[in-house]
Amino acid sequence: MTATEFALRTDGVGKRYRRGWALRDCTLALPAGGVIALVGPNGAGKTTLLRLVVGLLAPSTGTVEVLGHDVTASTPQTLSRVGFLAQDHPLYKRFTVAEMLRFGRACNLRFDQGLAERRLAKLGIPLDRKVGTLSGGQQAQVALALALAKRPHLLVLDEPVASLDPLARHEFLQVLMGAVAEGGVTVLFSSHVVHELERVCDHLVVLNHGRVTLTGDIDTLLAEHRLLVGPRTATDLDRAGAVVEAVHSDRHTTLLVRDGAIPAAPGWQAQPVALEDLVLAYLRRPSEPSAAVTSGVAA
Amino acid sequence: MFVFRLDTHSGVPPYLQLVQQVRQSVLLGFLQPGDRLPLIREVVEDLAINPNTVAKAYRQMEQENLVTGRPGQGTFVNEQQSAAMSASTYTSLRRGLATWLRRAYAASLDEQAVNALFTSVHQQTRNEDVA
Repeated sequence: MTATEFALRTDGVGKRYRRGWALRDCTLALPAGGVIALVGPNGAGKTTLLRLVVGLLAPSTGTVEVLGHDVTASTPQTLSRVGFLAQDHPLYKRFTVAEMLRFGRACNLRFDQGLAERRLAKLGIPLDRKVGTLSGGQQAQVALALALAKRPHLLVLDEPVASLDPLARHEFLQVLMGAVAEGGVTVLFSSHVVHELERVCDHLVVLNHGRVTLTGDIDTLLAEHRLLVGPRTATDLDRAGAVVEAVHSDRHTTLLVRDGAIPAAPGWQAQPVALEDLVLAYLRRPSEPSAAVTSGVAA
Repeated sequence: MFVFRLDTHSGVPPYLQLVQQVRQSVLLGFLQPGDRLPLIREVVEDLAINPNTVAKAYRQMEQENLVTGRPGQGTFVNEQQSAAMSASTYTSLRRGLATWLRRAYAASLDEQAVNALFTSVHQQTRNEDVA
């Protein structure tokens, strides 16, 4: 894979605020053309990482390379290929939708106003309404239409659906996935909701306590991990290194393992693990430096 | 037009769910040779699902010779060589399963117990076949 096949590469990236490190030793290589979810609890460092990616923050250590260019040395031309939608979809509430589009056109090197107008018309959002009078879901759609009008090669979204009701969330994802289907855009978005990730992402980054604990192509990660259920036992089984999590009940032991081989001992059964359970297991793990699991970048 | 569903709690990867739905529908005759599957774009906007996932499912179905993609026209269900179950096989398998289920319920197994038993035997048989 050549450099340009990666939408984003970070090498040993860390960010220290006055209170301490928000992000440490973050090394990632995310393929272009995919939809990448950045998952972690509140305070894990997700927003910090996203702001580093779009150049709103400078890293304390390491380098961030977006679409083949170092972000700290980025020019307006390279930045024009990156779209960013901050948390809570910030818009000028007293602007009309049309004024918001006019603003977008004035502030960007590339801005396809016709594209944005067509998207909004399709959704039935009137251009003459004041943004502040629209519903939360419609405001999110306006913000997304503005971001997509840049025709970005990389679109970064911070918790885009966290504040939306289930119907608005579905409609937002429909538009976002439709944009990906048109091609040419890589989407990186953060979420603290792990439910339903599988349908929208093909790549996963799990962040916990400021460190990357799991990253890889989702199908590969799911194929590599297995739930093993068997008679209660100590966790060794000659393969403690591969055990991500062990849960014991009175008679049974459930192991989440990474290499998937079934123990030779009798009474063991292997089951596939759901993505949500996989993510939760990694989030429950105590933080340990440099234990990130990387998988299948070239899927 | 064929409509896909997505079960987000099944633990089966979404692309495999799509493949399985087509495979089953062909097997049961809901999809017939020459039927057109929805465009990737249509599936994406309908299910709010990742386009790469749909593309992967369609690729897999083409590899399995289940469907053929014709550029500019769409994806069509193939004439099936061996996969299609004959109506008599279908009826007899179905009847056998129904008989077994009635025995299980008569032995006062509930739905969960039936599912657990089925899954366990199914996995065991599959493992034996692999070994």
